[in-house]
Amino acid sequence: MAAANQTVLDVFRFLPDDEDEPRFQTYEISCPDDWVVLDALNHVKAEIDPTLSFRWSCRMGVCGSCGMMVNGEPRLSCEVFVRDYNSETIRVEPLAHFPVIRDLVINIDDFIEKLPTVQPWLIPEEEKPIDDGEYLQTPGEVARYKRFSMCINCMLCYSACPVYGLDSTFTGPAVLALAERYNLDSRDGGRAERADVLTSHEGIWECTYVGECTRVCPKDVDPAGAIQMLKLSYALDWAKSVVMPFGKR
Amino acid sequence: MPTQYSRPLPRSWWLQKANYFIFMVRELTSLAVFAYAVFLVVLMWQAADEASFSALYDALHSPWSITAHLVILALALFHTGTWIALTPKVLVLWREDERVAPNLIASANGIGWLVVSGLVIWLVLS
Repeated sequence: MAAANQTVLDVFRFLPDDEDEPRFQTYEISCPDDWVVLDALNHVKAEIDPTLSFRWSCRMGVCGSCGMMVNGEPRLSCEVFVRDYNSETIRVEPLAHFPVIRDLVINIDDFIEKLPTVQPWLIPEEEKPIDDGEYLQTPGEVARYKRFSMCINCMLCYSACPVYGLDSTFTGPAVLALAERYNLDSRDGGRAERADVLTSHEGIWECTYVGECTRVCPKDVDPAGAIQMLKLSYALDWAKSVVMPFGKR
Repeated sequence: MPTQYSRPLPRSWWLQKANYFIFMVRELTSLAVFAYAVFLVVLMWQAADEASFSALYDALHSPWSITAHLVILALALFHTGTWIALTPKVLVLWREDERVAPNLIASANGIGWLVVSGLVIWLVLS
């Protein structure tokens, strides 16, 4: 049995049916050494307060559904050990920059609506008949986009991005990184099709490169890097179109 | 749709985290670089003859001017350093199937900057 620590959770509560304004509710609990913040919240819900609402699923940093602000930092609550806070009060809030539906549950409609706008799927330059077999890739071709393919749509990057916080029309880090993931894929030919959305005002040019999206990403995706790469590649396209207006882009 | 609670970002958002603050300093230092470029253009325009150049030269020797130049130098160095540190994010190079190390790209940019700066200093002082 792991050693237990007395811990105070200060949890954001918003119950729209009963209250107009949110408040913080404190729960004092005893947490074994191997508990993560999600375990502590599940303990509160099971043993102390069944009205507390939050999203979670896999408990192993894969599904991306348990993102929360833990002491002001966007984190996956299944990856943050309570013991790392040395018995100090742990403040748990819903992910920043998203509207709150209830307690720690945010409205993710904006992200879900933006996701398909960059066509995050393979658009082959030429469709091959099924009989011709798979679209093969070398390990080197995979390496060029693999990092950007690790996104789990947890939206921590949106929560860390002040640009999105100030202007929610910004397409945002995860969606743009996903677009670059497909642009870099040797099997894809949809780069030009994605250009209109990516190079719009709400796309890559809205990013001012604060870089926090990359710092908080639990999967080391580096959305900030992906966006800068997109800026360079589409800027080069524009330069080529000026120098060679009739050439192939 | 039930009532939702929105949390707008306050104007002081850039004071909330050290990284946000460093970002703002990085962006604002570009204004110092721009302002000094304008200053140099005005200086060249004003110093059209030997007499006006001498007057300006003397004025630039004041303690205020030297302090201002040291401050702008520090701001320019900070801006350049942070800019060079970010270059590997934009410039992703591959040697066959292996990515060129980000440190190598930043170092190459840094060395290029030092060489060009050295040349400019040599030209001015010689």
